[in-house]
Amino acid sequence: MSAANHAAATAGAAANATAPLSSLAPVLSVDHLSMRFGGLVAINDLCFTARRGDITALIGPNGAGKTTVFNCITGFYKPSEGRIALQFGDPGVWEELGALTQRGTRRASRGDGVLFLLERMPDYLVTQKARVARTFQNIRLFQGMTVLENLLVAQHNPLMWASGYTVLGALGLPSYARAERSAIDKARYWLERTALSERADDLAGELPYGAQRRLEIARAMCTDPVLLCLDEPAAGLNPSESAELGRYLHAIRDEHATSILLIEHDMTVVMEISDHIIVLDHGQKIADGAPDDIRNDPKVIAAYLGVEEEEMADGEVQ
Amino acid sequence: MALEASAPASRVDIIGALRQAAITALITFGLLLPLIGFNTVQNIRNEIVLETRWPLLAALVAIIAAGRFLHAILIAPWLARRAQRQRREDAVRTAPRARGARWVVPFALGFAAVYPALALSLAGTQGAVKWVDNFGVQILIYVMLGWGLNIVVGLAGLLDLGYVAFYAVGAYSYALLANSFGLSFWILLPVAGCLAAFWGILLGFPVLRLRGDYLAIVTLAFGEIIRLILINWVPVTNGYAGISSIPRPTFFGIPFNASDEGFAARFGLEFSPVYRTVFLYYLILALALVTAALTVRLRRLPIGRAWEALREDEIACRSLGINTTNTKLTAFAMGAMFAGFAGSFFAARQGFISPESFTFMESAVIVAIVVLGGMGSLLGVAIAAVIMIGGTEIMRELDFLKAVFGSDFDPTQYRMLLFGFGMVLIMVWRPRGLIATREPSTLLNASRSSRRHEEKAQSTRPSLVRGRHG
Repeated sequence: MSAANHAAATAGAAANATAPLSSLAPVLSVDHLSMRFGGLVAINDLCFTARRGDITALIGPNGAGKTTVFNCITGFYKPSEGRIALQFGDPGVWEELGALTQRGTRRASRGDGVLFLLERMPDYLVTQKARVARTFQNIRLFQGMTVLENLLVAQHNPLMWASGYTVLGALGLPSYARAERSAIDKARYWLERTALSERADDLAGELPYGAQRRLEIARAMCTDPVLLCLDEPAAGLNPSESAELGRYLHAIRDEHATSILLIEHDMTVVMEISDHIIVLDHGQKIADGAPDDIRNDPKVIAAYLGVEEEEMADGEVQ
Repeated sequence: MALEASAPASRVDIIGALRQAAITALITFGLLLPLIGFNTVQNIRNEIVLETRWPLLAALVAIIAAGRFLHAILIAPWLARRAQRQRREDAVRTAPRARGARWVVPFALGFAAVYPALALSLAGTQGAVKWVDNFGVQILIYVMLGWGLNIVVGLAGLLDLGYVAFYAVGAYSYALLANSFGLSFWILLPVAGCLAAFWGILLGFPVLRLRGDYLAIVTLAFGEIIRLILINWVPVTNGYAGISSIPRPTFFGIPFNASDEGFAARFGLEFSPVYRTVFLYYLILALALVTAALTVRLRRLPIGRAWEALREDEIACRSLGINTTNTKLTAFAMGAMFAGFAGSFFAARQGFISPESFTFMESAVIVAIVVLGGMGSLLGVAIAAVIMIGGTEIMRELDFLKAVFGSDFDPTQYRMLLFGFGMVLIMVWRPRGLIATREPSTLLNASRSSRRHEEKAQSTRPSLVRGRHG
C-alpha cells in the first residue's frame, strides 16, 4: 500500500517535469480493440482511455460487449485485434508505446515508469506484473475458505516470494513468519474497511450477499492494483448499500492511488460516482464523456430505449 | 431411541410398508428368477444340465423383502428426522472441531507407536508377524497413499484415478535400480520419490486444461498405460513374471538374516522374522508421519492455500495473479512423490513385485479411502484406511463363518460387496466423508471464535467505510 502511494507521489512529481504528459495521463489506453467469436463481433474497433485517479464507467445495454472488454483487459480473452496499454509510475514511459508495439515484447520501462501491453500477457501475469485486479459479475469467492484466507490467497505472489517458493517457508524460517504477519495485517486493514472483521474466520460462502460483494472488492484490493476492474459491483445491493459502495469506491480511489474501471447497470450509482463514462452499444462506442454530457446525449438515450430511458430521466432529476 | 420414536409412525405406516415390501419382493423375484432360480451345470458326460435352486431364491427374496419392510418402518423415518435435525444444525457447520478430536490424534499416535510391542506381548514372536505385517504395515501403506492422494484430490481438487501409476513407478524404480546397480534402500528411497514426482509432472502437463470427469478419465488411462508398459516392456520389467529377489532394507547396514552379521546376532537376540517386520512397521510409520507433517505445514504456506483456492475456483485464482499451471503441477508432483516413497517401501517389503500389484482396483481403493475419510482431512483419511484395509484383513480371520455358510465359504470373496455397502452407508450418513469439517489455516479472531455466531446477525448490514487508515 505504502509502496503504491510512494509510486503515485513520484509519478506526480515526474508528471510536473514533463509538461505535455500532465497528471491526466491515462492509466489505461485501449486502441482499436476488436473481439470476434467466429462470426459474432462482440467488440468492434473500440478506443478509449481511463485516466489515472478517475472512476471510469463502462455502460451500455445488455449484450453491448462490456464484460468482453473486461475479459480482454484482464487477459481472460485474447483480443482478435487491437492494443491495450497499461502504465504506472513515471508517465514519461508512454512515449515508448510505439517502440514497444513494434518490438513485440510486453513490457517497457523508463525510470520507475512501467508500460505493459496487456493483450500480450496471460491472465495471471496481468494481475501479477501489470497490477490489474478484477471482480466478477457473479461473485467468485473461495466459498469453502474463510474470509481471512480469501484475502491471504490474494497476496499469494508476495507470500510465495517470502516463503522462498515454499522451501524456506517449509523449513520455518522467521522471514516467512514476518511476511505472513504483515499479510494478515493488510488483510485486517481491508476487513476493517469493509466492516468484515467480525466475520474474518467464517466461511466466505456463508456471508450475506452484500458482504460477499464487499469481500470480493477487498480481495481484489489485496493484490495492490493500479487498476481495479469491477464488473457490476452494485448488482443485487439495496439503495443504502449502493450508496455505501459509492463512498467506499471513492475512498479507495483517493487513498490508494488505484484507478477504477467499472461496469454498472444502476444508473443512479454510475452518475453519482463516475468521473468519466463510456457508453457501448453492439460492441461499438457511442458516447464518451463526463456524466452530465452522457445524460443528455441523444444517442445514449436512443440506445437505452424504454425502461432504461426512464432511469436516465431519474438520474437527471437528481 | 429409534424404536420408541418410530412407534407412532409405524402404526400408521405398517400397511404401506407391507405393500412396499410386497412390490420389492415381486421385482426381486422377477430379477432373480433367471439369475438365481436356474443354474446350468456340466455333468460328468460334459452335458449341460438345468438345475433349479428354489430354496435359495426364496431365501433371497424373503431377505430383501424383509429389508425393505424394515427400511420403510424404521430407517426411512429415522433418516427423515435426521435430515431435519441436520438442516437446523447446518448454520453452525463451521463450528470448531469437536472437543473429542483433541485427544484422538495423540491417542492414535501413541497406539501406533506401541502397537508392535502390544502384538508381541499378546501373540508371541510367532503370531506377531501376521498381526504387525497384515494389519500394521499393510494399513500404514494405504494411510500414506491416502495422505499423498489427499494433496491432489482433497486439497487441489484434481480427481486422479491413476494414482497407483506413481506407486508403481516408485516400486519399479527401487526394484530395478537396486537389482542392477546394487544401491541401498536409503539412497533409492529419495530417488524413487523424485522419479515419481517427475512422472507426476509429465502427467500434469497434458491434463492442465481438464477438470472434473475429463481429468478423471485421462488419469485413469494414464494408470493403465503405466501398467501396460510394465507388462509389455519385458526386457526391462520382466513382464507378468515381475521382479523377484529385490534387496530388503537393512537396519542402517545390518541385514535382517540368520547369519552372524545379522540383526539378531549383533544384538544378541534369537533369530526371528518378526524383527524385520517390526522394523518395516516403524519405517512406514515414519514415512507416513513425514507425509502428514509436510501436508500440515504446506496447508499453512501460500502454496497450500493456493491449492485449496484452486479447488474452490480456478478462474478467481487466475484473476488474483496465481499461476495455476505451476500450482497444479506442484500438487501432482507432491502427491506423486509420496506415492513413489510408498512404492519403493512396498517393493522392499515384498521382495517381489509384478504388474498385478498395480491394477486400477488399487487406485479405486485409494480414492475411496480419501473420499470416505472426507476430502482434505488427514484424520478422516487415516480412519478410512484403517476401516477399509483393516476390514479386508479381518475378513481373512473370520473362519467361524465357514461353520455357518458351509466349508467352501470364503469371506474375502465378499470384500467388494461389503466395500460397496460401506460406501453407500457413508454416502447416506455423511455425504462429505467421515470428517467433513475443514480447519482454517489461520485464524484472525481465534479467541473470539466461540462468540462469533451470536454476532452473525448484527454484521449483515454494517457500514462500508470506516475512518481508520492502516
